[in-house]
Amino acid sequence: MANALDPHAASATKASGLAPSGPLTTADGQPLTRALARSSRRARRRALLLVLPLLLFILITFVFPIGQMLQRSVKNDGFSANMPQLSAWFDANDRSVEPDEAAWGALAADLQAAAEARTIGVVGTRINYDVPGTRSLFTSAGRKVKDGVEPPFRAAMLELDEKWGDPKLWSAMREASSPYTGNFYLAAIDRARDENGSIVQAPEQQRIYVKLFMRTFWLSFVITCTTFLLGFPIAHLLATLPTRKSNLLMILVLLPFWTSLLVRTTAWMVLLQQQGVVNDILVWLGVINDNQRLQMIFNQTGTIVAMTHILLPFMILPLYSVMRTINPSYVRAARSLGATSWTAFRRIYFPQTLPGLGAGALLVFILAVGYYITPALVGGSSGQLISNMIAMHMTQTLNWSMAAALAALLLGGVLILYWVYDRLVGIDNLKLG
Amino acid sequence: MAITADNDAFVVFDHVQKSYDGQTLVVKDLNLTIGKGEFLTMLGPSGSGKTTCLMMLAGFETATHGEIRLNGKNINDVPPHKRGIGMVFQSYALFPHMTVGENLSFPLEVRGMNSSERNTRIARALDMVQMSKFANRRPAQLSGGQQQRIALARALVFDPELVLMDEPLGALDKQLREHMQYEIKALHDRLGITVVYVTHDQGEALTMSDRIAVFNDGRIQQLAPPPVLYEQPENSFVAGFIGENNALRGKIEQLQGTKALVRLGNGDLIDATPVNIRETGQTTTVSIRPERVEFKPDLMPAGAHTLEAEVKDVVYMGDILRARLKVAGQDDFVMKYRNTLGQVKLTPGETIRIGWHPEDARALDPV
Repeated sequence: MANALDPHAASATKASGLAPSGPLTTADGQPLTRALARSSRRARRRALLLVLPLLLFILITFVFPIGQMLQRSVKNDGFSANMPQLSAWFDANDRSVEPDEAAWGALAADLQAAAEARTIGVVGTRINYDVPGTRSLFTSAGRKVKDGVEPPFRAAMLELDEKWGDPKLWSAMREASSPYTGNFYLAAIDRARDENGSIVQAPEQQRIYVKLFMRTFWLSFVITCTTFLLGFPIAHLLATLPTRKSNLLMILVLLPFWTSLLVRTTAWMVLLQQQGVVNDILVWLGVINDNQRLQMIFNQTGTIVAMTHILLPFMILPLYSVMRTINPSYVRAARSLGATSWTAFRRIYFPQTLPGLGAGALLVFILAVGYYITPALVGGSSGQLISNMIAMHMTQTLNWSMAAALAALLLGGVLILYWVYDRLVGIDNLKLG
Repeated sequence: MAITADNDAFVVFDHVQKSYDGQTLVVKDLNLTIGKGEFLTMLGPSGSGKTTCLMMLAGFETATHGEIRLNGKNINDVPPHKRGIGMVFQSYALFPHMTVGENLSFPLEVRGMNSSERNTRIARALDMVQMSKFANRRPAQLSGGQQQRIALARALVFDPELVLMDEPLGALDKQLREHMQYEIKALHDRLGITVVYVTHDQGEALTMSDRIAVFNDGRIQQLAPPPVLYEQPENSFVAGFIGENNALRGKIEQLQGTKALVRLGNGDLIDATPVNIRETGQTTTVSIRPERVEFKPDLMPAGAHTLEAEVKDVVYMGDILRARLKVAGQDDFVMKYRNTLGQVKLTPGETIRIGWHPEDARALDPV
């Protein structure tokens, strides 16, 4: 550790290596490594003190809440905590055992207790995640069993509502009897458990997440490509123009950074809507008829256009910083060696911009994958990304476990891409500026 | 290599002018003929237009006026990659993302050469600069001198007839630079290529070149082989720029064919050879090399005019001694004399008389 921190350590050891054997010592006989550690300890402690506030800040506001959130993706005790007797019965009897009278009794007792404790809604919500439409079954049963249920419990419960006999419901309750479950992850990839507990595809009309994940990654890829295509020439201009002009251009590039995200997005609405500026101009030019106005916003096109604009600086800046360091004599050398300007660009200039391109692409892609506000505003229904779905689960359905599972999958996907990038290009080749 | 440059016009600059801003000329009416197999150096201070000339020849700058011919063909409109000129850059410009071998392979690949032919040529070029073991290294893993050799090999690997070098040794330390000067010169002699070499280092120019074109202010001040340039400068700029030089200001007192008498500011008379002097009474700057100044009467020609000089200080430089003298009111007059056994010891404050052969003192334009 000491050697890694102090680049002089290794050479100092080598330089004073006069003793033929044994550990090196200082002039007064202390082991050299210990003396070195002591001399650098003060500096290291001071450095640590400097970063400590930030470290604590990150721990408290970032690592801890995210860890909690991720925990929610596998833990939901909405059922297990409020239905203790039935959960105990599920623990004692495995899946092959049909619910007997004791099970029905436990169900009735738990429902009664939960209704009294006003937690019956939580229980219903939990089961509703796995078997849609069952929340009301629990709440209405809770109202009805308030005064107690007379045995035989099975008959009594079925009399309350026939749905209580549904094997799928019992399977879902068995799953929920443990606070830990992978069902949210299954749901996040459009899978569910059937009454036997085996994993099956969700019904066709409910398969939305995989499609959304694919769309998110695909749109992020498209946005990365468009920012590259638009940003590369600008970055090159920035790097080669005389300083005065390039400073002006740089201000134009950075302008989006200084404008509110909402203002920029609204500006795109003004420009791209059916009665908007772009359509007006196209109609005026006669390119399209008045009744053929293009739908350019509130769909995928809108998402791509607005997000490309917003993320463009993240591509341009790393590219620019790399291009500025490329000596123009490389291209000249290539030309003098017989390469056409296209060959010189393709084989000499472009490869040297790859560190910047990699950094820019990674930045844009990761930002795009998690982008929320712009697709929500201009994406319509076809331009929604997975982050909008996460937001929906967070704020509307309040299924935080589902939101956490989706977010964890997204995080995993990005980490995999990051890993692939590292293997292909090497993360040390990244140049952010 | 013997050159008959006048009748062998391999590279020709014909009334070439260059302006970047339309206001000032960086190159003013350049006329230069370079012979095949010649080693020509463009020497001059920065901003003198020498690099611009090289870039025009390479094709990276276009001549504003005039014609550049290579092998009899006008190349004004030929793009750089079709000129077939090898070039070594000051920064070497070795492609950092390629190995040494790939760097050398590049000019051959773009010429569509097959891989076996490429490999022979690369091996030959690397062998030529004694870098055969380094084919798989990256440029960043090489020292400055090694990179220089690779840059040289890359410029030569496709057998160009003309190689341009833009201050190629500028980034090397003194010892390595001298060694590389020798190697480049040896390569030039062995391969018979034409080299146009740009430098601001006059020592480099003197040791390597067949001919040197001294640039200043967008013009060639003098174009001559090194000894002529050093011993017979044609104007004060060349005299001052090449080597160490003493300049004495005065008026032409008497003009007699190849001899002139010059009266200095303090009234003393000295001998000189008139160079760009037309008439008596003209003001002039007389240039004398420090090592051609004598202070022992027996080494001066008979009847030579001598000047009184006060020794200001003497610097011991090992092989020579360098004395600073006060002559005719100027105290920056330098005399160099050999450090031989029993050499006279000059002490500061001493007064001596100095003189020279009239051929060594050249009466030039006034500065």
